[in-house]
Amino acid sequence: MGLELYLDLLSQPCRAVYIFAKKNRIPFELRPVDLLKGQHLSDAFAQVNPLKKVPALKDGNFTLAESVAILLYLTRKYKVPDHWYPQDVQACALVDEYLAWQHTALRRSCLRALWHKVMFPIFLGEPVSPEMLEATLAELDVTVQLLEDRFLQNKTFLTGPHISLADLVAITELMHPVGAGCQVFEGRPRLAAWRQRVEAAVGEDLFREAHEVILKAKDSPPADPTIKQKLMPLVLAMIQ
Amino acid sequence: MYFGIGGGKTSCSTGQLPSKELFQSNKLWQVPALKDGDFILTESSAILIYLSSKYQTADHWYPSDLWARARVHEYLGWHADSIRGVFGVPLWTKVLAPLIGVHVPEEKVERNRTTMARMLQQLEDKFLEDRAFLTGQQVSLADLMALEELLQPVAVGYDLFEGRPRLAAWRERVEAFLGSDLFQETHGPILNILEQMVNKQIPKPPPEVHLFMLLRISNIP
Ligand SMILES: N[C@@H](CCC(=O)N[C@@H](CS)C(=O)NCC(=O)O)C(=O)O
Ligand SMILES: N[C@@H](CCC(=O)N[C@@H](CS)C(=O)NCC(=O)O)C(=O)O
Repeated sequence: MGLELYLDLLSQPCRAVYIFAKKNRIPFELRPVDLLKGQHLSDAFAQVNPLKKVPALKDGNFTLAESVAILLYLTRKYKVPDHWYPQDVQACALVDEYLAWQHTALRRSCLRALWHKVMFPIFLGEPVSPEMLEATLAELDVTVQLLEDRFLQNKTFLTGPHISLADLVAITELMHPVGAGCQVFEGRPRLAAWRQRVEAAVGEDLFREAHEVILKAKDSPPADPTIKQKLMPLVLAMIQ
Repeated sequence: MYFGIGGGKTSCSTGQLPSKELFQSNKLWQVPALKDGDFILTESSAILIYLSSKYQTADHWYPSDLWARARVHEYLGWHADSIRGVFGVPLWTKVLAPLIGVHVPEEKVERNRTTMARMLQQLEDKFLEDRAFLTGQQVSLADLMALEELLQPVAVGYDLFEGRPRLAAWRERVEAFLGSDLFQETHGPILNILEQMVNKQIPKPPPEVHLFMLLRISNIP
């Protein structure tokens, strides 16, 4: 068996892995895992990733979890263009820095924005208090500003003149609040111009394809009660 | 029904949600961690990788083998979500919050304790398994990152290793590898922190840092 990728494009790190593999013409079998149906909790999937999260990779007998690890594995195994993860020690360190930062910063804010604004009220049928929503959106606003001021600055891409893994991980993250109806690029011309550059570098069609699911998240049908009961504790743990 | 973080309130003991002002204060808290000429780098994992590559340290720290390196990155990714943050909390509840007169509700302390136990179990089952070190038979950056975090609660009196012989043996292997002198030098200050607090040796944080501290405290789930 060749390379298999276990993904749900509703998930932001899955979108980054998907775009990266497609863009670099890495041959893989897509193994869809439907999070909203709780498919990541199955015993079969636990064989691939005992942490029960997507994305996950299987390459022959080798299994790997964690999006950053998967992206770097693909980068090294398939000898993709250098700009994604430069050989130059300092350029590479800046990509690593961003990839380390985003886990607790942009990831957290974007995930909470989507769940508090859309998934709780619509999918789970649990309204979120206005104060909570306001705090979530305020946090998002500050984190996005931080992305612009601290990482993008006046550069073409987040870590330098060319697109890297950092840009891919960041844009797929930001499309979460966009899917929730947040105007994250409004009033931020620099960030908006960056988004255009990233989309152009990735290719409009691939970008659109990867984001179809999230941009329709608002139309999710309500979860049935068993699924809701199954997912609720995990959701709460996830957005803590 | 309203849902907050962990089904409760986000508030710290003041009962208020963190304000935008609080979030902004967070920005001031970005300290550069490594400076090499003009080059500035933050984030401990990025710094460790940079040092490994630049100074060509022994291969086991950051293995060049495709699969072995992937294991290190897998750990670092999981660590960022599950270890960092979680194991830093006891230092906040026991030392730093009291320092500025904030009491963290028992409910949160308990929740943190439960989360730590769950993460230690995952650490043992998914990463350590029956290996000598977290990502293989040799010590790597993953072990350093993990031990650093795990020692924080230990420093304030949580015995995380009790009843976990596999994890305790791993800790001993890592410490033995580092050598006790280096270990004491780097961990002396943190391991003494309770004593320092009892003796009121920790300086009171200046007011401009309070906002940041409140934010961190209010983010405790
Ligand atoms: N740090 C991980 C995060 C993985 C993660 O949290 N995945 C989410 C989807 S975005 C998931 O599978 N959640 C299911 C759950 O937590 O039950 C990565 O970057 O791959
Ligand atoms: N009432 C509006 C609120 C929209 C809103 O507040 N959007 C926020 C984020 S979800 C926003 O765009 N903030 C500006 C920013 O993030 O720059 C709605 O429900 O769509």
